[in-house]
Formats: sequence, C-alpha cells, structure tokens
Amino acid sequence: MNELERNERYNAYVEAKMPKTKPWPSLFHAFWVGGLICCLGELIKDLCLYFFPYMTTQDAATWSLVALIILAALFTGLGIFDRIGAYAGAGTIIPITGFSNSIASPAVEFKREGLVFGLMSKMFIIAGPVIVSGVVASIVVGIIYLFI
Amino acid sequence: MFDPIMYLKVFAIGGLVCLIGQILIITTKMTSARILVSFLLLGVALEALGLFQPIKEFAGSGITIPIIGFGASLAHGAIDAGNTMGLLGVFTGGLTATAAGIAAAVLAGYIVGLIFNSKTKK
Repeated sequence: MNELERNERYNAYVEAKMPKTKPWPSLFHAFWVGGLICCLGELIKDLCLYFFPYMTTQDAATWSLVALIILAALFTGLGIFDRIGAYAGAGTIIPITGFSNSIASPAVEFKREGLVFGLMSKMFIIAGPVIVSGVVASIVVGIIYLFI
Repeated sequence: MFDPIMYLKVFAIGGLVCLIGQILIITTKMTSARILVSFLLLGVALEALGLFQPIKEFAGSGITIPIIGFGASLAHGAIDAGNTMGLLGVFTGGLTATAAGIAAAVLAGYIVGLIFNSKTKK
C-alpha cells in the first residue's frame, strides 16, 4: 500500500468517525445563541449606564466585555459552557465568550501537568495565536496610518 | 438606553456574524483557534478601512461583543495613539485599548483553572 492510498483511506476513516452535525439546524442555533449573547452584552452596558450615570459609554462597553469574559470563564469551570457550545457552535465561539473559554478551558484541562508548565503556559494555547496575530496586525496598521 | 429597536439590531447583526462563523466551520472544518484568528484579523481590517465605526454606530454590541470588536479596538488603539504619540503610540496603543479584556480573561482563566478540575469524558 503506497502512502497516497493510505492517506486517502485514513481520510475516509476520519470522515466516517467524525460526529455529524446537521448543517441547517446548527446555522439557526449559532444565529440565535450568538445574537442573544450580544444582546446580553448590550443589556449589561445599558445597566452600567443606568446605575452609574457618569460612566462614559466606552467604559460601560468595556465593563460589559469584562462581565461576559468572567461569566464565560465561570461557566467553563462549571462545565455548562461545553454543553451550550456543543449546541450553538460558532454562536459561543465568535463572541468574546469564546476567547474567554479558550483560556479557561485549557487552564482547567492542563492543571494536572503542573501549575507553571501546565496551567499557566497551556492556557494560551489558543489565546496565544489570537493575541500574537492581533498585536502584529494592529502595529502594521498603525505604522501604515503614520505615513498616510 | 434600553431601546428595543437597538436590541433588535444587536440581535440581528450579532447573530449574523455568528452565522457566518458557523458556515465557515461547516464548509472548511476550521478549528476554533483559526476561526477566532480570522475574525480578529477581519476586525483589524474593518477598522483599518474605516468601516468598523459605522457598523458599531448601527449595531452596538452586535459587532463589539464578537471577537471582531476585539480586533477593531486593537487597531483603533494603535491608530489613535499613533496620531498623538507617534511610533511609540503604535506600540502601546493596541494593547492599552484591549488591556481590560485580556487582563480579565487571564485572571478569570487562572482562578477558574485553580478552582475547578476537569471532568473525565464519559
């Protein structure tokens, strides 16, 4: 059996073993859960502005981000996030809750490999690429804007 | 504040962004890390082209809560601080604008990691 044939057979095997998600319902699930999480963010922002009238809109928006991040991390620890995520797919990954989950989930998972080389390093296994690409891209954009 | 029409717009745009993400996951089998990075870079691009602010005025949290908003504030911070402080501002601006989010995620992730243990999958 040559290598090409073996790879093909392996891909077919992976295809057969992969959990099947029906495409159409999952689109709807992602839409309503994602929309709802954004509405929750808007609600927290409005509540901040309502209870603290002197807060700027920008600060209120930042507070709502922080609140969603903390909630998502807590839900990840409690094991609730995974269940919502299995239902909603991108609906929980794309909002900032997905970023928070991508840090909290490996933190819990890799704790048994030790505090420093487990928890603290592996928590950036997904968030690391996100921060690196974001920082590099923003500096490139900032430098371009310096010259125009 | 508490404007129902605004909530409708937030729901529609926020849902639409997640719907596009779900289509990408289904059609390209991208992992969640790649999805997060691509939407973040999309946010940086939207901000760089000046398209993010109009969408933000229209949809509020519908576009700032998705990771697109995170990328946009990175770029916005770098551009803004670059205008006032020059090259040094380009370096400090992006992370300054997103510091609250990153710090909250690191702190919350660390504490959750300390408290909770992973459940073995059944």
